[in-house]
Amino acid sequence: METWRGRFSGAGGRGTKGQRGEKILSEFLLVQTLNGISFGALLFLLASGLSLIYGVMKIVNIAHGSYFMLGAYVGLSVILRTKSFILGAFAGGLAIGVLGLVMERGFLRKFPLQPLPQMMITLGFALVFRDLALLIWGGDPYTLPCPEFLKGSTQIYKVVFPVYRLFVIGVAAAVAISLWIFNERTLVGAKLRAAVDDHEMAGGVGLNVPLISGCMFGLGAFLAGFGGVMGGPIFGVYPGLDFELLSLAFVVVIVGGRGSLKGSAVGSILVGLVDNFGKALVPELSYFTLFAPMAIVVAIKPTGLFGRA
Amino acid sequence: MKDLLASKTKIAGLILAFLVLLVMPPFYTSYWVTLFTQMLIFAILAMSLDILLGYTGLSSFGHAGFFGSAAYVVAILSTRYKMGFLICFVSGIALNIVISTIFGLLVAHASGVYFLIITLALGMVLWGLAFRWVSMTGGDNGISGIARPDIGLPIALKDPLTFYYVILVFFLISLILMAIFVRSPFGHSLKGVRESESRMQVLGYHTWFHKYLSYVATAAFAGLAGALWAYFNGFTSPYDLDLTASIEIILMVILGGPGTLIGPALGAGIIVFLKNFISAYTQRWLLILGTIYILTILYAPQGLMNLIKDFLKGGQKETKAGERS
Repeated sequence: METWRGRFSGAGGRGTKGQRGEKILSEFLLVQTLNGISFGALLFLLASGLSLIYGVMKIVNIAHGSYFMLGAYVGLSVILRTKSFILGAFAGGLAIGVLGLVMERGFLRKFPLQPLPQMMITLGFALVFRDLALLIWGGDPYTLPCPEFLKGSTQIYKVVFPVYRLFVIGVAAAVAISLWIFNERTLVGAKLRAAVDDHEMAGGVGLNVPLISGCMFGLGAFLAGFGGVMGGPIFGVYPGLDFELLSLAFVVVIVGGRGSLKGSAVGSILVGLVDNFGKALVPELSYFTLFAPMAIVVAIKPTGLFGRA
Repeated sequence: MKDLLASKTKIAGLILAFLVLLVMPPFYTSYWVTLFTQMLIFAILAMSLDILLGYTGLSSFGHAGFFGSAAYVVAILSTRYKMGFLICFVSGIALNIVISTIFGLLVAHASGVYFLIITLALGMVLWGLAFRWVSMTGGDNGISGIARPDIGLPIALKDPLTFYYVILVFFLISLILMAIFVRSPFGHSLKGVRESESRMQVLGYHTWFHKYLSYVATAAFAGLAGALWAYFNGFTSPYDLDLTASIEIILMVILGGPGTLIGPALGAGIIVFLKNFISAYTQRWLLILGTIYILTILYAPQGLMNLIKDFLKGGQKETKAGERS
């Protein structure tokens, strides 16, 4: 079975045999670093929502990886019909955003601030989504078509690198900056932070906390679905993608700290890099290499790099 | 009157279990004997998770990882190195104890949702090893050809019924050991941790160490179930330890009733039965599993066994959804 791990590390030039010495090493480092960062960028789209949802509502959303996968599938269907990648990306994001809102309004709202029942519900949904996706789109892996204007490669210091991956890095950076501005500089963001810090007090001073958290959940789902379409041209979409990425997103949240935007950004890049280098250097133990940084962070700072207790 | 009813039900339940598990199997078809064998193995696994989830109040999302690693140890040692039953069996459990003493250092300080996230990630690490370490584990293909062991007794384990009774013995031993474990003073201290960790700390308990020990103990029992599973199934694959497997085990415990050893065993029986039964008619097992999950949380969050208990007590005890699970 070819998974995204195989496809991902295949990109970029690695230097031919016969060349030797530092040049190959530096090229190798550059390619793997870029690969790692572009993977981290996709992880950020997934993990930021997961982390914020946890921060505001204390919900561990097991269905978050499913959002990513479903977003990619919806995007695929839309792109195949309309031939427009951008339309597909927004359709995937919006459809999943609405799905998230419905889940939050219809089910999770019944157990306010009870982490375990809420998590169990999202877990049930994750299983349902996985099977529904299999029912609708079948078991074959698909790769989303790359948008026309982003096809091809560009050269960075003698290293050939796909333009699309640079584009993904740019998109994730833009999302991160807008989220940061939204969170730190707008009134809604201030309300959001108030809800994160103290649920009861925020409600006490007249904020509509359920509404804020509902929107937060929808936004997180939107980002995950959008990220799914963004990742589509790189590692495609197939059954099982949901839980594979979910576990990586959890590692990001553990490393970066729960509910912290900065933590998600730093954690995503860190996990993206470690995962990518692990895959390139010790492919058989690639999951295990993720374990080391996580263990170190958990041992030294249990709340994660930027988490508050 | 209520007590009388309760004790009568208890005795009736015991007699029923005795009949179904011990007396009747020779009259079952081989399909049912195999199904019951499977149920018992998963019952051991579900009870082991219950020590964490039901008694200590920690929900582990990587439990299938322990189950699967023991199964892999048995598979690798018995097919590649032709080791005997005892060595395979003991090393399966021993490896789990080693892994859990290392993992335990990372998870034991955590509680609640954070415990869950870390165990999920650690479980995926084990899954990743099984999936990617192809030279050792066979990758996606898994390892097949594990023969039924020679346990040194003059009985043939190839026969499903004999194998069933051997598993039944293991099940009863595990049940008794775990019942002693949770009823011991140490087991009560675990319940104290579940109800209020800070209060236990005030009383002078090293709650960290208690959680650590209970984590290691459950890993050992999960390893026992995993080793038996490898022999039963004759085959191990990464699917034995992926997240879906962990989720199934949690559902067994939640459905049956956390905090009652018998409940999860019952839950395991129901889930294994449903899985086999439904798989015969449709491939939509996950869809149905997910729906059972959501319905359980919405309508029976404290589990079947606790529902029965509450019913017998006249429904005087209203438990809130979040408290037990």
